[in-house]
Amino acid sequence: MTEHSIQIDNQGRLKHFLTIEGLSRELLLGIMDEAESFAGVGQRAVKKVPLLRGKTIVNLFFEPSTRTRTTFELAAKRLSADVLNINVDSSATCKGESLLDTLRNLEAMHCDMFIVRHSNSGAAHFIASHVSPDIRVINAGDGRHAHPTQALLDAFTIRRHKGEFTALRVAIVGDIAHSRVARSEIHALNTLGVSEVRVIAPKTLIPAGIESLGVQVFHDLSAGLADVDVVIMLRLQHERMKYALLPSEMEYFQMYGLTEEKLAAAKPDAIVMHPGPINRGVEIESHVADGAHSLILQQVSHGIAVRMAVMAMAMASQSSVSSEAN
Amino acid sequence: MTPDNAVDELLARMAQDLRRQFAEQNHTSPLMIGIHTGGVWVARRLHQLLGLETPLGELNIAFYRDDFSRIGMHPTVTPSKLPFQVEERHVVLVDDVLFTGRTVRAALNEVFDYGRPASVSLAVLVERSGRELPIKADVIGQHMPLNEGEHVKLTGPEPLALVVQKAA
Repeated sequence: MTEHSIQIDNQGRLKHFLTIEGLSRELLLGIMDEAESFAGVGQRAVKKVPLLRGKTIVNLFFEPSTRTRTTFELAAKRLSADVLNINVDSSATCKGESLLDTLRNLEAMHCDMFIVRHSNSGAAHFIASHVSPDIRVINAGDGRHAHPTQALLDAFTIRRHKGEFTALRVAIVGDIAHSRVARSEIHALNTLGVSEVRVIAPKTLIPAGIESLGVQVFHDLSAGLADVDVVIMLRLQHERMKYALLPSEMEYFQMYGLTEEKLAAAKPDAIVMHPGPINRGVEIESHVADGAHSLILQQVSHGIAVRMAVMAMAMASQSSVSSEAN
Repeated sequence: MTPDNAVDELLARMAQDLRRQFAEQNHTSPLMIGIHTGGVWVARRLHQLLGLETPLGELNIAFYRDDFSRIGMHPTVTPSKLPFQVEERHVVLVDDVLFTGRTVRAALNEVFDYGRPASVSLAVLVERSGRELPIKADVIGQHMPLNEGEHVKLTGPEPLALVVQKAA
């Protein structure tokens, strides 16, 4: 079964949300439009809409996360769903069988949706293909593969500040090789028709053949940032140092850390984003992270609205009749 | 199809009734909220006719419908916009057609999630038969006794016209 056919039901509605790959531009824009409507809910007296009242959503996290889990939890609660947080010890080797047992148990509790984060690529897809037909699965990050809601919330943030995607030049800076965010980001931006996507990193952090995804590769930060509208910084994961992919954090910062000086190469109204958590002084200097170009905290708020949209739309496909029938 | 000026006449009468009710009930600064999509068209006209000073609110009740588990999402192209505090104010909800009453039920729930209004009244261009909930309008442009299977629809925004579809 291809990922496309597992993500979309026979009426073209979103069923599971596992990866950006295979989703149409119309669907991505549709989710963002829906997210615009949800964005206002957080500013009201009652920060809730009754859409998913009576539904049970499980945050099934096999890998630690604070921001992603809390924003998914908040998104579910703002839709009036009940939320269960389950943190499975990630150090234990997750064999297929034990994972399936976990699923069967949760199904027996009549849960409606699983939000899955796992250190193995393909975990969310595996779960989606093994759950009973009424259950919906959202990928909250699987290994190095995908983090589709992060990509979509970044696209949402870009659209709010820059409008049309087609005229934009976007640079993704940092650990491309190990980043599921980068992969989803590249797919989303290309689907949305961004004019140029660049990746900027040392050779050791760029996977071979990345050009085939439709990106320009740069190894020099200033050259890569020239005239870009959007800069997406990635977190440098400390464990990369252990494997000697990089000499030292300080040296990395000198070469690839985003400073005001380096940012000057980009367009004057360029926006700076980062999926968080940020390492100040490693991939980004504090002046930039807290500066006028930075949208890092807005990304967090937008994450809630986008996740509300994805959950609501996936859950809506549980109904047997399409909305056109009304 | 109704003649072009028919809706204008209904709107003028509704504005008159609203003005009288505001006076009787001492609502010096009422807030007006239109329900998407037809209700917003009607509300815009009434808002103008009454010369209300507070901006017009718009409500999209898609997230409050009671048929989500039956028919899923309704695309929400235009989000709700209430550019004011409803707390302790009089609110006039405006819709094009009052039919089952379910839309008004959803709208009331949504308004109360923005705050606690002092009172709420309902103004509709057309009141038709078929109520399923204990909801009635305070200001009505036109009563329309329609049979099951018959529908009335407001087309717009310019010009506004009422279209009645007979049962097949």
